[in-house]
Amino acid sequence: MNVLEVRDLHVHIGQSHILHGLSFGVPRGGITGLLGRNGVGKTTTLRGILGLVDRTGGVDFEGETIATLRTHEIARRGIAYVPEDRDVFSALTVEENLRLAERADCEHQYDLIYELFPEMKTRGAQRAGTLSGGQQQMLALSRALLNGGNRLLLVDEPTKGLAPLVVRHVVDALKRAAQAVTILLVEQNLSVAHKLARDAIVLDQGRVGYVGTVEELMNDPELARHHLGVGSAKADR
Amino acid sequence: MSARTLRYAAILLGILLLVAAPWIPIPLPPIFSEPVRAPGTLNVLALCFVFGALALSYDLIFGFAGLLSFGHALYFAAGVYTTAVALARWHWTLPQALAFTLVLSILLPLVIGAVCLRVRDVAFAMVTLAFAQAGSILVMQNPFGLTGGEEGLALGVNALPAFLIGVANTRNLYWLALGLLACTCVIGWWSVNSAPGRVWQAIRENERRVAVIGLNPYLYKLGAFVLSSFLASAAGTVYLLIEGSASPDVTTANFTLVLLVMVVLGGVGTLWGAVLGGIVYEYLDFRLVVLSNASALQSLPPVLRVPLSEPLFLLGVLFIVLVLFVPGGLAGALRRLNPAILASSGSH
Amino acid sequence: MSTVSTVALLLLTGLGLGGLYFLIASGLSLIWGLMRVLNFAHGALFTLAAYIAWQVTLPLQGGNALVAWSTGLVVAVIAGGSCAFLLEVFLIRPLYARPIGQILVTVGVALAAVALVEGAYGSDPKQMTLPAWMAGSIHVLGTDVPTTRIAIAAIALVVLAALLFFLRGTRYGLVIRAGVENRAMVEALGIDVDRAFTLVFVIGGMAAGLAGFLAGTYFGYIDPVRGTSMLIFAFIVVVIGGLGSITGSAIAAAVVAVVQQFLNFYAAPGIGDFSVVILLAAALLLRPRTAEST
Repeated sequence: MNVLEVRDLHVHIGQSHILHGLSFGVPRGGITGLLGRNGVGKTTTLRGILGLVDRTGGVDFEGETIATLRTHEIARRGIAYVPEDRDVFSALTVEENLRLAERADCEHQYDLIYELFPEMKTRGAQRAGTLSGGQQQMLALSRALLNGGNRLLLVDEPTKGLAPLVVRHVVDALKRAAQAVTILLVEQNLSVAHKLARDAIVLDQGRVGYVGTVEELMNDPELARHHLGVGSAKADR
Repeated sequence: MSARTLRYAAILLGILLLVAAPWIPIPLPPIFSEPVRAPGTLNVLALCFVFGALALSYDLIFGFAGLLSFGHALYFAAGVYTTAVALARWHWTLPQALAFTLVLSILLPLVIGAVCLRVRDVAFAMVTLAFAQAGSILVMQNPFGLTGGEEGLALGVNALPAFLIGVANTRNLYWLALGLLACTCVIGWWSVNSAPGRVWQAIRENERRVAVIGLNPYLYKLGAFVLSSFLASAAGTVYLLIEGSASPDVTTANFTLVLLVMVVLGGVGTLWGAVLGGIVYEYLDFRLVVLSNASALQSLPPVLRVPLSEPLFLLGVLFIVLVLFVPGGLAGALRRLNPAILASSGSH
Repeated sequence: MSTVSTVALLLLTGLGLGGLYFLIASGLSLIWGLMRVLNFAHGALFTLAAYIAWQVTLPLQGGNALVAWSTGLVVAVIAGGSCAFLLEVFLIRPLYARPIGQILVTVGVALAAVALVEGAYGSDPKQMTLPAWMAGSIHVLGTDVPTTRIAIAAIALVVLAALLFFLRGTRYGLVIRAGVENRAMVEALGIDVDRAFTLVFVIGGMAAGLAGFLAGTYFGYIDPVRGTSMLIFAFIVVVIGGLGSITGSAIAAAVVAVVQQFLNFYAAPGIGDFSVVILLAAALLLRPRTAEST
């Protein structure tokens, strides 16, 4: 059974119809890439799954319908979110950011987090607003990995705007996390997606354009260009 | 006859009746217990028309341009006080006072609007409130003895021309108010159906899209602001002529909030709804005071009597109920009852 | 009276007034900052609590003044919190999807509450009796400062400390501080922000109720319109101090009140009031972000 099943998801934002009856499944375990050009609705899809935008359609998590639930109830079921803008609370310290994320019903994996990102411990008392972009990304990831009960991570462009060394760090952390949870990874960059994801769901204008593996997209530049736009395949190796 | 012709005929008949009111000898219970042509009735009607016009002016910026201003009362008060000061303190003639008020009621919103419109949404609402409050404080401080402070400013017997003074001439004030309402309606209706009016509505929906087309939203918003404030000042002037004195009550933030109630009551964005809201509000304000003295009410226990005899309480509660359950106001409710009553004034 | 004495008097009375401003502004700051609701009913909470406290302690007048005063204070806080609770649950929450509607509903409550109080008690002020020691003054730097001013400033400081402790030291405080920044992300962490909303409203209501009662102590009487004029000052303090910032409100409240006192004295009566209102306009025009909704 797929850990996440999306059926006929429609999202309207203002006057714009962003998602047009999206349907796909996310297989259990490992990392699935949600790819596509800028503006096709990848971020909106994640927000739709979480109920952060008004949506119609079916969303099932572990076989249970979550489409009618409110965001905090969905998150409680075991879905964590790492948004594109990281959305760490800048007025709170690193330690407070993590403490806020603690859910009462599961174990808190501080050991794992401090092992992956030692700076989360050393910078515990530092205000999150003063962290660098890379450190904020690590904090956002730590938040998502904190609760042992999470079974699905929705991660939105985690390497955007980061230095290559930090990108490596983030990629390694995600690979490590994927051993225990399923990850739905939104990425524009095909080479990053290739490092992390096996399966790929490609969106095009708010609809599913292609379902396959990242390998297929890498090996067929024509296919990649058609679905992902010019030159994205060999962007940065 | 088509529905449209019927509608126009009905409107024409209505206008004729309104103009002829000072000659109608019959009362209209339970709305008016005295004959329509009695000075008391005409006075109430005149004030209702003034508030109808004022409400319409507010609907222009709130309902059509989408600008939530908490300081609209300032311009009504400006109309009242400018004319009052010119007549009572400087002893100008009526035409002089009116000309002065005309100029001021364009300049004032132009300057203040230019400043307030630099910000949007809640910040805009708060800045307009701040300016209105400043105006209120200014009036209460009685600078140079002009405004009369807390006691207000009464127009002396010689301030106005003869045809506007005296009980017998109430009909003239009635027609003046009716004329104000008619002009305001015409201007309002014409402006929202004009090209700038359509831009206002576009701005209300999505300001960025308007900017992208190449139009400057700021100028259009300023235009709406100045026009609606000017109409409010005009209403203020007529109000002064009817009441015969200026009172600082019209400068309070409370008064703008009451305006908001009128427009929401009548139905935002339909023009005629706002007019209806203004008329109904003012009428209820009068009527409820009379009602509260009625013997039936006096015999109720205090727990019921007190709230029921406070017009603002009932209106506040009515307002809350409307916001919760009938967001379209009276206009919305009427429209639902009779689909033939379409919003004829170019709204959504 | 020497300049030092005058300054001391103005400063200390200003801080007393600032204490009032802070109390009414703190709740508004949290409500506006967290829930993005422009709560016009905050002044109504102020007024209702003051009158309920006055009514309840009426039988106690003539007995021990301290007992009467303290009871009134407690009653006002409870009344403010309870009215806020009812307001939030029955009127604000149903309109969550309609922010303009929320503002409008608070407007309706503001109008209705003031009218109700006016109808029940009339527009004339109601005197407040104070304990003897509070009705006097304290001699400071060559001038006599009314004890009430200092007492109110002290109470405000205690409330400030309590609020800061709540925000920094409890989980709900953590949720509120985060929610003021980014409500959606807090929800995405599995936290029900609605419950925090109600709590914030109740806390705000309690502070407003306390402010209403203490305003009666400060001015010596309560009347139906004080709440509305106080609300304007609360808005000024919140905008200048920053939405959702308690320390910001405290500093802004002190500054605004002291400036108002000095200008009213040295320039002309009313100039102070006028200036702080212009200050609001200036603050909004320079930093519109502080008032904008997300």
